[in-house]
Amino acid sequence: MSSETTTKIPEAAAVPPPGATTPQRRFPQGHQRLLTRRDRLTLGLMAGLPTILHVALVWVTALASILLAFTTWDGIGFDSIKWVGLHNFTELFTNNPQFWPAVEHNIVWFVALILIPTPLGLFLAVQLDKNIRFSRVYQTAFFLPVVMSLAVIGFVWQLIYNPDTGLINSLIGANEPGHYIDWIGDPDLNLWAILIAASWRHTGYMMILYLAGLKGVDPSLREASALDGANEWQTFKNVIFPTLRPTNTVVLVVTIIEALRAFDLVFVFNKGAEGTELLSILVTNNIIGESSRIGYGSAIAVVLLVISLAVIIPYLIATFRKERQA
Amino acid sequence: MHLSSLGQSLPDTSRRTVLRGLGGAALLGAGIPLLGACGGSSSGASDTKTVTVGSNASDAVPKKGYADVYAAFTKQSGVAVDINTKDHNTFQEQINTYLQGTPDDVFQWFAGYRMQFFAAKGLASPIDDVWKTIGGNFPSAMHDLSKGQDGKYYLVPLTTSPWAVFYRKSVFQQYGYEVPTTWDAYIALCKRMKKDGLVPIAYGDKDAWPAMGSFDQINFRLNGYDFHVELMAGRASWTDAKVRKVFDTWAETLPYHQEGAVGRTWQDAAQTLVAKKAGMYMLGMFVAQQFTDKADLDDLDFFAFPEIDPAYGQDTVEAPTDGIMLSKKPQNRAGSVKLLEFLGTAEAEEIYLKADPSLIAASTKADTSGYSALQKKGYEMISQAKHLTQFMDRDSRPDFTSTVMQPALQKFIRDPKGIDSLLSSIERQKKTIFASS
Repeated sequence: MSSETTTKIPEAAAVPPPGATTPQRRFPQGHQRLLTRRDRLTLGLMAGLPTILHVALVWVTALASILLAFTTWDGIGFDSIKWVGLHNFTELFTNNPQFWPAVEHNIVWFVALILIPTPLGLFLAVQLDKNIRFSRVYQTAFFLPVVMSLAVIGFVWQLIYNPDTGLINSLIGANEPGHYIDWIGDPDLNLWAILIAASWRHTGYMMILYLAGLKGVDPSLREASALDGANEWQTFKNVIFPTLRPTNTVVLVVTIIEALRAFDLVFVFNKGAEGTELLSILVTNNIIGESSRIGYGSAIAVVLLVISLAVIIPYLIATFRKERQA
Repeated sequence: MHLSSLGQSLPDTSRRTVLRGLGGAALLGAGIPLLGACGGSSSGASDTKTVTVGSNASDAVPKKGYADVYAAFTKQSGVAVDINTKDHNTFQEQINTYLQGTPDDVFQWFAGYRMQFFAAKGLASPIDDVWKTIGGNFPSAMHDLSKGQDGKYYLVPLTTSPWAVFYRKSVFQQYGYEVPTTWDAYIALCKRMKKDGLVPIAYGDKDAWPAMGSFDQINFRLNGYDFHVELMAGRASWTDAKVRKVFDTWAETLPYHQEGAVGRTWQDAAQTLVAKKAGMYMLGMFVAQQFTDKADLDDLDFFAFPEIDPAYGQDTVEAPTDGIMLSKKPQNRAGSVKLLEFLGTAEAEEIYLKADPSLIAASTKADTSGYSALQKKGYEMISQAKHLTQFMDRDSRPDFTSTVMQPALQKFIRDPKGIDSLLSSIERQKKTIFASS
């Protein structure tokens, strides 16, 4: 709004009608009162500081890591940065035994979250939406894991999975030599073991999202479908679920983000050892430490960035298109 | 813009200002020059009566030990010591940025390649003058451990402790086992233990570093100390038949190791030895920390890893050593030298070990009369060793050991098939990493 007034003013001031005392002539004075020097300073600070912080912390770092992805650097002195072109990437794609498993596990993470906790969360939400008795108790119980940090969840589930002293192996006697189940170390098992822990949390998250969506469904729709003689499943399939479309979009985006940023749970669980490699963990392992491979780690981060953009850009385009149509 | 010049151009920068900023700067490599620019205004602590120490001794026991040592130094010399303790792991992760900023006058660190790496980067000062005074207190192996690749001294060693095969005396007595000194006897003992219903060798590699110790032991018993050094320095090839033989020998013992090692921490593995379910455990002497009951601890004993090739016998002992280094541009050099000279005396080590009895003094002059039986035996083993190694991640580039060797060894102990492709993958990755700087 104010930008419109400010853009108009210079024109008005630039060609003042000679000798006239029209209201237009006093307009600039009014403008001066509107935005004093102090106001401009305040506005400048309010808009400028966040911009500087945003540019420095988001854009500069992102661009810096993209640039660093084409170099080798041990993090000691800027003179040790060496340009190596695409070497880090060829190295990554052809020579790193953990890279492709990590990509695969990120994808598995996404598919598993969509296939297991999402329908489960929807199911729970539908049940809770019926205002059954103790509805709030169930709601709290299922949502509780979402409140906890993933790192804490990692510690809790380790107590369950610990192959020697954990709950499962102690109960089924699988901590004896001969019929030993190594939930944490066996690459055929550990990813799934962690995914169960992740799903445990994700279910509550999905439940709350769907519950919010269901609260927004017009009750007259249900009535109408009941009058038409539809049973509960038919009502859900043909009436309720289609109205949840916006919620489904949010769920999809949230789940993709969860799959891409998966890190803390695995890091606490077994630091991304055999079978649980993830891109985020490879980035950390290469960059953090006393003599780090910052260029190489950045290359992995760039791969993660490209994957994220490939997912996010189509979503944003679709969202904006919808907004413009509306 | 060069970081290395940061400290030199701003000698008066207040250390705390920069340190506080460094946490953020670690995230933002590019932000460091900004920091340098705004640090110049502060007045600085050019107080020559104080020496500042960067310490990674954040656990209660070592923290108290070092505090006692520094207090004794202040009492003796009148120079105050300002200890700046950081969480042990955080200290290691930030060592890069810490040393490039305005570090404390002296800082605690590890012997071996890890010390040489920072020395070669010019992030530490040589201390040959200190060693002129303290040299006589240390055996020749400790002299070698304290030198950089340029042959100058960079470290004053304080404490050490050996890696060996630990067992319980009562278990060996009960079944009539004898300490094996040769490889054949070792394998025969494993077989007997298995028959007796014991887990012959307790094992846990969840933290990914214990397996490096197993590799080191077999490697220097089979190929000797010199090959260990060549291999760790990236000069020898991992596809060499000698390395292949290490893995073959190791694979021979894997059936006698505790199942599911990759999912088990060393602490849990040690508990099976405490519970007498396992017969032996090859680890560092810190395994004693898991023996919280005094009677159990007295029952704990160890023997040197058995001989494999008689040409090398048992002449090499893996004994990670911790010590203290002088930063690149100390504010109080005279006081720091005094402190380092004090830390190189037997007296300082005795004070430390009084508080922390799980380690051994690096100096041969230190009084061993207060040692436990275990400490005495460890001391003997180290002082008689011809060569001391540190540990794979202290003898080689840490970026190589953590990103390549840790996952590779985990893969191997879980599934020892396919050694050749594993080794060629290690060698390919090694070449890139060692070529990078």
